[in-house]
Amino acid sequence: MTAYLRPATLAEAVAARAAHPDWMVLAGGTDLMVNANHRPEPPGIVDLWGCADLRGIVRSPDTLRIAAGTPWLEIIRHPDVNKHLPILVAAAREIGAMQIQARGTIGGNIVTSSPVGDSLPVLLALDASLDLASPRGRRIVPYHEFCTGYRTTRLAVDELIAAVIIPLPDAATHLSWRKVGTRAAQSISKVMAAAAIHVEDGRIVWARFGLGAVAARPIRAVAAEHAAARRAPDAATARAVGDALAGEITPISDIRSAADYRLEVAQNLLMRFVLNAGRA
Amino acid sequence: MQTQSGGPVGQSVPRVDGVAKVTGTARYLDDLDLPGAQHGVTVRSTIAHGTFDGLDRDPAFDWTGITVVTADQLGWGKGLAAGGFGENYIAMLDTDQPALLPMGGCIKHVDEPLALVAAPTRARALAARAALTPRQTAKPPVLTVDDALAADIKLYKDDNVFKSFLIRKGHVDDDEFEIAMAGAATVIEGTYETGAQEQMYIETQAMAAWPDAGGLRIAGSMQCPYYVHKAMKVLLGCGPDEVAVAQTVTGGGFGGKEEYPSMLAAHCAMLASAVGGPVKMVYDRDEDIAATTKRHPSRVRHRLGLRSDGSICAIDVDVIMDGGAYLTLSPVVLSRGVLHAAGPYRCDVTRVRGRAVATNHPPHGAFRGFGAPQTTFAYERQIDKAASHHGVAPWEFRDRHALRAGDTTATGQLLEASVGTDDIIRAIRDVAGAAPARDGINRHGAPVKRGRGFAFYFHGAGFTGSGEQRLAGRATVRATADGRFEVLASSTDMGQGAITIFTQIAAGALGVAPELVRVPDPATDEVPDSGPTVASRTCMVVGGLVERAARTLRLRIEAWADTAGVKGDLGALAAAMFGRKAELDPQHGGIAETVQYEPPPGIHWDDATYTGQAYPCYGWAGCLVDVEVDLDTREVALLRCVHAVDVGKAINPVIVKGQIEGGTVQALGWAVLENIVYKDGRVANANMTNCIVPTFADIPELETVIVECPYPFGPSGAKGVGEIPMDGPAAAVANALGDALGVAFDRIPVMPEDIARALRRGDA
Repeated sequence: MTAYLRPATLAEAVAARAAHPDWMVLAGGTDLMVNANHRPEPPGIVDLWGCADLRGIVRSPDTLRIAAGTPWLEIIRHPDVNKHLPILVAAAREIGAMQIQARGTIGGNIVTSSPVGDSLPVLLALDASLDLASPRGRRIVPYHEFCTGYRTTRLAVDELIAAVIIPLPDAATHLSWRKVGTRAAQSISKVMAAAAIHVEDGRIVWARFGLGAVAARPIRAVAAEHAAARRAPDAATARAVGDALAGEITPISDIRSAADYRLEVAQNLLMRFVLNAGRA
Repeated sequence: MQTQSGGPVGQSVPRVDGVAKVTGTARYLDDLDLPGAQHGVTVRSTIAHGTFDGLDRDPAFDWTGITVVTADQLGWGKGLAAGGFGENYIAMLDTDQPALLPMGGCIKHVDEPLALVAAPTRARALAARAALTPRQTAKPPVLTVDDALAADIKLYKDDNVFKSFLIRKGHVDDDEFEIAMAGAATVIEGTYETGAQEQMYIETQAMAAWPDAGGLRIAGSMQCPYYVHKAMKVLLGCGPDEVAVAQTVTGGGFGGKEEYPSMLAAHCAMLASAVGGPVKMVYDRDEDIAATTKRHPSRVRHRLGLRSDGSICAIDVDVIMDGGAYLTLSPVVLSRGVLHAAGPYRCDVTRVRGRAVATNHPPHGAFRGFGAPQTTFAYERQIDKAASHHGVAPWEFRDRHALRAGDTTATGQLLEASVGTDDIIRAIRDVAGAAPARDGINRHGAPVKRGRGFAFYFHGAGFTGSGEQRLAGRATVRATADGRFEVLASSTDMGQGAITIFTQIAAGALGVAPELVRVPDPATDEVPDSGPTVASRTCMVVGGLVERAARTLRLRIEAWADTAGVKGDLGALAAAMFGRKAELDPQHGGIAETVQYEPPPGIHWDDATYTGQAYPCYGWAGCLVDVEVDLDTREVALLRCVHAVDVGKAINPVIVKGQIEGGTVQALGWAVLENIVYKDGRVANANMTNCIVPTFADIPELETVIVECPYPFGPSGAKGVGEIPMDGPAAAVANALGDALGVAFDRIPVMPEDIARALRRGDA
């Protein structure tokens, strides 16, 4: 029989996690339930759903701090997220259907760290950081350093994500996001791209591109970002971005899509984001 | 033939099963309380071709309470009465498919049943299955129709051909045919391919069996109780009264529960016999997708010979279907495919060839449309190319050349009545409106191309040729002691509304309120054999039997009442009649009328030459689809779909609309979303995450036009509606994509990946 603990606070959860490093951590359960038929039963479960301090969204002057156990529906409905981070709302709306959005959490999406996790390219483009908690204390890790490989992360066996900290973009930063899935709703991604493009005086000062489903983990397209920087958001820049991207990603063919398609569409999306930033 | 006006026929009366289903009180097989029932699971092959050498048990596993059944322990040939079984094959059309593969036998597909396990809980049964490992020796498999036809590896007879057809019209041999084709000013040639498709019924395959009164009782999710009954008689080696088969509330079929339930029933019977008590088997979704039947993949070569005025002088079609590892229903699917392959167009010289071949894929089988969607896709792509070649608008071209009353089909069938062509053409024209603007920008800022496509098609209602006559289906309507009425037929309601329309038809003919009529769930020991619930025949054929039985019963009751001097409504008269025991029909314990199918006069069909009246009548349909392609992502958005369908008479317009919308959505999904991926003979995307079917977000604005060109021999003029909506929309989508992008899409599903490649190649 599977053992079960339901801590009421983050501190209790951290203690439970440290005491049972081989147990499964249950947040919203949307990954756990999918795997229930295919994986051996875990020896125990630490259920975070009861931790009140793992839920909620707090705005400070420069950031939004989203507690890791906050479900997507709460994020979708939060006025500050809608105002400042519309691409996070757009990505969240693509996660399963409303029932899944009501249970699935931002922290769960990050820890599962699937290459097709819907919110992850957005967190990369927004330059999010993670507040991690363990019995050893707290540490802040930039999200773009967090994913190490296919479903692997820097999260230690005794660690939990306490919160996601997202800097608030200013008005000169154009945010874009698009998911290409296997159908219009409730689908797994074939390609996802998110962008934050900072434009001043008709020139791109910097750009951050987050991509999903084109590598073993969600990635930043750094070469494409460099190709965009210090140039006008025009067709020539868009082409340079597309070309740079071709040099830095090698998507695979799998059950859902094909390598050539993934590369072409990823290029098209980033090129479109650049052009749209110029048009805005 | 008309029922009285003001009756329930033609009214959208609420579904009689609606409240139970919506409130969750309907009891599907897995909801049934079967005390002491054990759970059965199946051990399956993991190779596409080879031999089954044995079954290893993990000695470390606790086998207490576990029953394992292999084919070798079942006492074949002894028969049920002697505690054994009959013959080890699934009796349908051939004897080639074992119910359970014997050791040493030839494995012909991945997920072929090799052994069965029963345990008191499902978890224990699954654990036991994991502790069983079949020993298999792999051989090279046949995974393409070309390899099948090369016949280097023989899977079925010497040529791997399950069935072939050749239909000639207006010529006697190939030389004469080629002379006619040579007379064409233009020949449009194309090769068209369609993919496998999963039915994806909501309720997975589910069945139970238990020993009952010295025999065996089977209950489960199915379309055709008498198909299962026939298979069980052979498998068990017993008489018709020793096994009974009952349908439980069925959550969708679409053909997927036409032949496969016999396999599941066989397995339940084997396990129930081994454990001596009830056993139920409910497939999980992944197993259902991987192991059960799908729509036949097809390849159709089509040549269309056109005169300079655009009229058709010769049609040549060659149809190949991948039947999978066993014959199952492939000959019948192919038959319907070839009979529709020349399309509803005027042509005096046609040649249609067809072959269904054996491969090492899991058997393909029945699916809504039953072969016709495959050949319809080919001819409606061809007609579009012909229209384009002649510079004639696509719908106008169809109007000019479509069959009308007085014309003959490819089998030489003279179309007399109930030809909906003109009404369909007009209906689509009336609502079409302007085509969408070719170029645009979507909400993502991406450029888009838009286009419009059409398709026109027909679908034979009921069984092919003399099938209905051979089958001689029967239905009963009876009065009960409380002054109510029951319809007894083996047609099942799988969600399509059969029992509601039977209620309406019977109530209309009896002249009573629908609330007084009940349609019990069919069981073979309670209802006559009305034939299977397939082929768009339930309303037209069995509904016709119900109407006639009800009318006969009404006349008998009224005649008795006249003689007896009793007055009142029919229910009261029936109740009064019940009081006089002498009037009761001993066979049905009441007052009952059973009628048998009688063919309309003048039907002629020649099975040897495949000529004559292929179907009693046809449904006719037209479809318009507007599409938009995102040039950044190559994704297809279906903007609009208009579907006009001639159903003869809509007994229940809401149900008819539901049938049309549901079939349309399945067809649209088949066109652009549903992609069964076979890898080494295995379904590689056997889960709902990756085996994609449309959601509501994928469905365009659907406009349904019901056209009624009555069929004189159907109930109130009704003919079939179940399948025809599946036939044409895929071609309309491909035609619309061609219109939008200037690229020919001759293979479905058309995935964004295909569009990307076509545009990169510069096919435009």
